[in-house]
Amino acid sequence: MAHAPAQSAAGAEPPVFYLKEDHHPENGTSLGFWLYLMSDCLIFATLFATYAVVGRNYAAGPSGADLFDLKLVAINTGFLLFSSITYGFAMLEMEKKKVKTTLIWLGVTGLFGLAFLAVEIYEFHHLIAEGAGPQRSAFLSAFFALVGTHGLHVTFGIIWLVTLMVQVGKHGLIPANKRRLMCLSMFWHFLDVIWIGVFSFVYLMGVL
Amino acid sequence: MIVNSDQTSFLFGKLTWESIPLHEPILVATFAAVALGGIAVVGALTYFRLWGYLWNEWLTSIDHKKIGIMYIILALVMLLRGFADAIMMRVQQAIASGGSEGYLPPQHYDQIFTAHGVIMIFFMAMPMITGLMNFVVPLQIGARDVSFPFLNNFSFWMTTAGAVITMISLFIGEYAQTGWLAYPPLSGIDGSPGVGVDYYIWGLQIAGVGTTLSGINLIVTIIKMRAPGMTMMRLPIFVWTSLCSNILIVASFPILTGTLALLTLDRYVGTNFFTNDLGGNPMMYVNLIWIWGHPEVYILVLPAFGVFSEIVATFSRKRLFGYASMVYATGVITILAYIVWLHHFFTMGSGASVNAFFGITTMIISIPTGAKIFNWLFTMYKGRINFDVPMLWTIGFMITFVIGGMTGVLLAVPPADFVLHNSLFLIAHFHNTIIGGVVFGVLAGIVYWFPKAFGYRLDPFWGKLSFWFWFIGFYFAFMPLYILGLMGITRRISQFEDNSLQIWFLIAAFGAFLIALGIASFVIQLIVSYLKRDQLRDVTGDPYNGRTLEWSTSSPPPAYNFAFTPVIHDVDAWADMKKRGYDRPQEGFIPIHMPKNTGAGVIISAISVVLGFALVWHIWWLAALSMLAIIAVSIAHTFNYNREYYIPASDVSTVEAERTKLLAEQA
Repeated sequence: MAHAPAQSAAGAEPPVFYLKEDHHPENGTSLGFWLYLMSDCLIFATLFATYAVVGRNYAAGPSGADLFDLKLVAINTGFLLFSSITYGFAMLEMEKKKVKTTLIWLGVTGLFGLAFLAVEIYEFHHLIAEGAGPQRSAFLSAFFALVGTHGLHVTFGIIWLVTLMVQVGKHGLIPANKRRLMCLSMFWHFLDVIWIGVFSFVYLMGVL
Repeated sequence: MIVNSDQTSFLFGKLTWESIPLHEPILVATFAAVALGGIAVVGALTYFRLWGYLWNEWLTSIDHKKIGIMYIILALVMLLRGFADAIMMRVQQAIASGGSEGYLPPQHYDQIFTAHGVIMIFFMAMPMITGLMNFVVPLQIGARDVSFPFLNNFSFWMTTAGAVITMISLFIGEYAQTGWLAYPPLSGIDGSPGVGVDYYIWGLQIAGVGTTLSGINLIVTIIKMRAPGMTMMRLPIFVWTSLCSNILIVASFPILTGTLALLTLDRYVGTNFFTNDLGGNPMMYVNLIWIWGHPEVYILVLPAFGVFSEIVATFSRKRLFGYASMVYATGVITILAYIVWLHHFFTMGSGASVNAFFGITTMIISIPTGAKIFNWLFTMYKGRINFDVPMLWTIGFMITFVIGGMTGVLLAVPPADFVLHNSLFLIAHFHNTIIGGVVFGVLAGIVYWFPKAFGYRLDPFWGKLSFWFWFIGFYFAFMPLYILGLMGITRRISQFEDNSLQIWFLIAAFGAFLIALGIASFVIQLIVSYLKRDQLRDVTGDPYNGRTLEWSTSSPPPAYNFAFTPVIHDVDAWADMKKRGYDRPQEGFIPIHMPKNTGAGVIISAISVVLGFALVWHIWWLAALSMLAIIAVSIAHTFNYNREYYIPASDVSTVEAERTKLLAEQA
């Protein structure tokens, strides 16, 4: 045997070396999801940095001041911010264990998300039709990449939202589903924070 | 581009019969060998009816130990591929001198040096490191698995999918001819109109998903899954270095993903991020890629430092000297890794102040690294050193890495770098640190933990032979490159006019053949040890009188790792337990909660290979279809709520009784 006999000080009880009962480490989902969000944040940081470097390289093409329709973007920002509020209402209903109202608020959130996407697609279509597509200049490349990546995230957020609505409808507000709703909630608010960056940094400063 | 009908190009995109390199005899022979080998493996698996075993016990396994072993198998296979590229380059440069063209045409040579770099970094070194971390970290912190076991399996398969896409380029189409970081404008669509850069991009993007997720997983595991009593300052050093390495992964791989995505847009959509016209800025790519690339080298070397710290303490039979300083040194290196990236392109012309800043930060890194070297030396001082194979690698590392570190400080001096930039001196420097640091480290780690993984030791004779061939071969292969670099020879050149250089390339080629013998000895070591496994068997689970928790359980450990969760009182938890009279529990077992296997990771990754292939060849319908399939399978996977099961107490009891019997026989 590899185990030497007790060498501890005379009379001292050997310390506890193992747990006799079941050991449950803390659940790591929220820490893990935070880390994922921060890694995603770095992708956006890369895109923001790229926009900062080439965002004024218009290549004799249109600038932000020529292109951006601030009223439209303001409405769109409203859609996204409201969707965060309604997601918050869904989480409050979840805490009250009310499946039906949770689902209703999630549905409203999804509709706001869809409205946001619809306006964004309209904006992109309009720009491309005007000849201000992503190929026109480095400024437009960086603009479409940054705003488009955010839009892509919202799209996946909506797919995830619908999936979770089905799962909540099927299994109710069980702990696994509550954890998933919490993760999507962080994701959704995170996209809002990113959008505030996009709105200030790209649109507002772009029309200055 | 071959003109073909609309329907064919709809169905197959850019893919035509001409894409298959039948005119390259080297590739045809390689393909024949790979195909025959593949048929033999598939035949053997079918003949011995092993498909079910393979699928149930390995491919779909979420056991961190098996995933770790699979990572290392992937890494060893890719090592052979990457090394084949290396030896081809060495032979070409040795014979292509004074008018001779050698045997490799330049466009083939360019693909080889690109593939060599990409494969060695992304598909050899990374899986090797991730494999060791996966296997060892949960055992060292007294955990039963990682925090997200399914994600772990998925990460492994995404890394493999990236490797598969990279390997497909050998036989269908071509690989990038741009160098391993694919700088634009050369890697842009005008500079590289073929599919080589696309293979490069999609191989790395798909593997990158796996790497990032595995980084998140291991951070959460180390933060949340430690056994009771294991405070942060009681973590084994390997766990500390793994933690820092994974933090670097999560904080740098997204930048690689973002940067490659922008390059993809330039190539596929016609945007102007890195083009020379319409406002693009190629140097922005070089900055971004090195903001990932410099932390990457510390991602690789930090866990290797951890391996050496474990080995040096165990084989000197002493507590590691300067534990706290080792932790702080690791932390300092982690932070400094982010503020040195510009030293890769001092010649870009950022100006004296910027270059001076990055030159100084680079030199500062040698301070914590030097502290580590002294800690290892002081650990050995007055220790009763056992010169077993892992210790040989460790000493070989200390000598070699110090040389590499010093040439690194030379390169960190901006005016010196203007002379040495992109020369063979640089090539010698980074091979000196990556072979001397990372490769020696993972090979030492494999030899060290092999008995834990398989229950028998590796044969020491072939291990020592492997070490000496590698060690001596390294000096023969790379010292000539330092000299050539100082003479002004630049990297990535396939032919040389000046005949007086040839002798140095011949010496380097000789060194590469010695390293080939080192690799062969390593493979023979694995085979011989398997054949002699009964003689080399270790039933104690603790063959080296080890100091950390992984040695407290059996070899190989049971699926649940520890029958009871250990309680930790000391940095060297297991040494402390042995010293203070730990008695192995033999009764009172309880059921153990474990995660279930799942095939979702294998399936999603297999579809990812199809997606990558379709994107490389512009087969849009297939790309859309496989993207939808990935989303569908992922969603279907989330509908599976039944992911855990209990190992009944009676099973635990049987396994532990078996071990008690073996230990009694041994005593």
